[in-house]
Amino acid sequence: MATPFPFSAIVGQDEMKLALLIAAVDPKVGGVLAFGDRGAGKSTAVRALAALLPKMKVVIGCRYNCDPDRPAEFCEECRARADKGALKSAKMPVPVVDLPLGATEDRGVGALDLERALARGVKAFEPGLLARAHRGFLYIDEANLLEDHLVDLLLDVAASGENVVEREGLSIRHPARFVLVGTGNPEEGELRPQLLDRFGLSVEVKTPDDLKSRIEVVRRRDAFERDPAAFVAHWDKEEAKLRKKIVAARDHLPDVAVSDAALERAARLCMALGTDGLRGELTLMRAARALAALEGAKDVGDDQLRRIAPPALRHRLRRNPLDDAGSSVRVDRAITELFG
Amino acid sequence: MNAATAWTDAVTAALVFAVDPVGIGGILLRARAGPVRERWLAGLRAVLPPSQALRSLPLHIADGRLLGGLDLNATLLAGRPVAERGLLTEADGGVLLLAMAERLPQATQAHVTAAMDAGETRVERDGLSLRLPARFGVVALDEGLEDEAAPAGLRDRLAVHLDLTEIAIGDTEAFAVEPAEIVAARVRLAGLRPNQEQIEAICGAAAALGILSLRAPMLALRVAAANAAFAEHDEVEQDDIALAARLVLAPRALIFPQADQPEQPPPPPEPEADQTPPDDQPEPQPSDLDKAMDEVILAAVQAALPPDVLAALRAAAGRSRSRSHGKAGALQKSNSRGRPAGVLRGELRAGARLNVIETLRAAAPWQPLRRRQAEAAGQALGRPRILISKDDFRIARFKQRAETATIFVVDASGSAALHRLAEAKGAVELLLADCYIRRDQVALIAFRGTSAELLLPPTRSLARAKRSLAGLPGGGGTPLAAGLDAALALADQISRKGQTPTVILLTDGRANIARDGGPGRPRAEQDAMAAARQLRAAGITVVLVDTSPRPSPSGAALAKEMGARYLPLPHADATVLSEAVKASLG
Repeated sequence: MATPFPFSAIVGQDEMKLALLIAAVDPKVGGVLAFGDRGAGKSTAVRALAALLPKMKVVIGCRYNCDPDRPAEFCEECRARADKGALKSAKMPVPVVDLPLGATEDRGVGALDLERALARGVKAFEPGLLARAHRGFLYIDEANLLEDHLVDLLLDVAASGENVVEREGLSIRHPARFVLVGTGNPEEGELRPQLLDRFGLSVEVKTPDDLKSRIEVVRRRDAFERDPAAFVAHWDKEEAKLRKKIVAARDHLPDVAVSDAALERAARLCMALGTDGLRGELTLMRAARALAALEGAKDVGDDQLRRIAPPALRHRLRRNPLDDAGSSVRVDRAITELFG
Repeated sequence: MNAATAWTDAVTAALVFAVDPVGIGGILLRARAGPVRERWLAGLRAVLPPSQALRSLPLHIADGRLLGGLDLNATLLAGRPVAERGLLTEADGGVLLLAMAERLPQATQAHVTAAMDAGETRVERDGLSLRLPARFGVVALDEGLEDEAAPAGLRDRLAVHLDLTEIAIGDTEAFAVEPAEIVAARVRLAGLRPNQEQIEAICGAAAALGILSLRAPMLALRVAAANAAFAEHDEVEQDDIALAARLVLAPRALIFPQADQPEQPPPPPEPEADQTPPDDQPEPQPSDLDKAMDEVILAAVQAALPPDVLAALRAAAGRSRSRSHGKAGALQKSNSRGRPAGVLRGELRAGARLNVIETLRAAAPWQPLRRRQAEAAGQALGRPRILISKDDFRIARFKQRAETATIFVVDASGSAALHRLAEAKGAVELLLADCYIRRDQVALIAFRGTSAELLLPPTRSLARAKRSLAGLPGGGGTPLAAGLDAALALADQISRKGQTPTVILLTDGRANIARDGGPGRPRAEQDAMAAARQLRAAGITVVLVDTSPRPSPSGAALAKEMGARYLPLPHADATVLSEAVKASLG
């Protein structure tokens, strides 16, 4: 595979980069949805993330990327093997699995291993992309073009953290906890409203409109294409710094305090905006905590809430199709009213 | 720009593309099928090195063929899954030719652009997981009429947009280039890179022209480098940059470079009917980054822009807001197409589509058993085969999404405007909201004065629909026939895409402008009736909402003539109106 463009070298797009980092710090935040202009670097950012993230420990030979330090979450195979003796572990890069358009359901969830079944008559399960994405990211480019039944399936698994396969006489369940990242261009069709709020964070991606950053984008892209290896080496330090920050934030995350006052603030904001359900509050809280961890803050303050509220809430508002004011504007308005 | 220089540019574009097909992405060729296009394509074929064939991509290619999947023959013979390469992979290292790109289904477009972005295809289907290189250039043939255009996502990735519609065969000349020259240019290309100033200049020019996408300046730089390589320049020169600006930036220009704000382009102007052309063309204004360079580029762009600047800008804006193509092509008559919706055990009847992979899966567990049975029964089994019985057949089911597109035809003439235009607008807005919820497409045609105008091509974007409705001026004559003709043409276009058109006509039925634009009530009414009969003949569902203060015989007669539902709504407000229309649409 071609060298990915370094994450830190992406010009602008701060909201999208922040959302991805937050998801990397706390996967429980839920997926990230990035909708916006063509050619603004959505796919580049997601692919860059794979190279940025620190490696993770996995059980050698496990098809579901089980974490050797968390026996409670083992798949059935690892559990059986753990009873017999200690498991060996190795480090591997965090998977960022692409779900290409046109993927069929059997490849997504996994199915009967056809080759073994036909050749040897063995009924074996062949894990799909969901298994491969366990503990990592599942990336759907042009999520709005994906078949509806596949999207439903993905969201269901993403929410439950477990993939249950009942087909062809197989009955398998395996852990599949991943961060769903979807990108798309709203001009080519929007995502069903029911699906929108299943994503934790939603960011709007715009092509930078000031000349300086536009030039910088083109310049860096040109430098990257001229000599990818040298370009990546040049940004190596920045990448390492960011990687360290993510690791530190993950360690720091459980220590970040969320005061009652901050909870109340979050609830008030959601009430003011009239978001459906409690998912808004929960995501807002988790994302704010991850942001605080990322920045090394001891507790969640107004600053974090204020900054994370637009991506955490803008896709949860009841849509008024005749209201021209975008959701972002409404969120901003509510924030200004509440936080002053 | 005259036809001869346009042809020269087209030839240059083909040569530059041949030098760096993958980097440049491709060429969008807007032209009717005909000798000019053939000549250009033949020229391109001739300059491409023999190893780089032009592969054509049929419009309604199946996903399996496009991306690759299970090779049925080989699988059955071998008794194990055998993969087959898709067209995108086969085009690796060559050029992909997309005919009728304006009708390209969205899914196909997405596969092609994904492969262009990644330089490879990723297949996760039929139990296979493949990653194969797919680096190719694209030539997209766009034969669209005024409002049709190739999908925006594809256009964005194709560097050069050519328009050959105005070129006659007499203006063309053969390409005088050998493939060897192209090969030599490719070698030189590796060492050619634009310098920082040139990058800044191209970015500045793109911004001044209101081009939002960042792909445009990047592609322009690659075109410049490829041209420098072909022209045997030692480095990328101003001429190369100027050419790139002309080929890549000019066709994308949304605004004319303004004198007062070269860096912060104003938002693209909404094409308004009442806009008047400027008396004098504004002088191109260099940005303060590099004056000389910017002048060259903008001059190049300006030269490429047709003399009728306003019309060109409007056309560009029109093209840029081409509707999304939705689920094009899914004809309702066919019951074997649409979105796949799972499989079912079933019989192989005519029209049923066998899902091979699921069938094999169903058969797989039984193979050892059946083999033993077959052997016990004394049947000789040659090489390993798969034993499939009738029970294994799995039939693919498809879900048809009968998408509808609602065409609002609004009478904005003086007689209607006086009475009810405001209420009609309100009703249309409410109906639009309903269409939005059902995810239908809406289109808007207004007729007034002497002609009908398509204000909003079919779209799902409600904000846009609202905008064009708000800008709907009233007054003038009632060219009813023109309105009906426009509705028929649009309905035809929509049904050809596999969607169901519904026409909602809001009028008082009092035509007074004939088809040719001339006044006179009797002739106008005759023409309107004729147009109405055509609508009925086409079998299009029409709802006629009579907006006159008193229900008039002319409205009812018109409705009868076109087989429409007649809804006299003399005193209804917007809500009642929208409810009534909704009810009658069922």
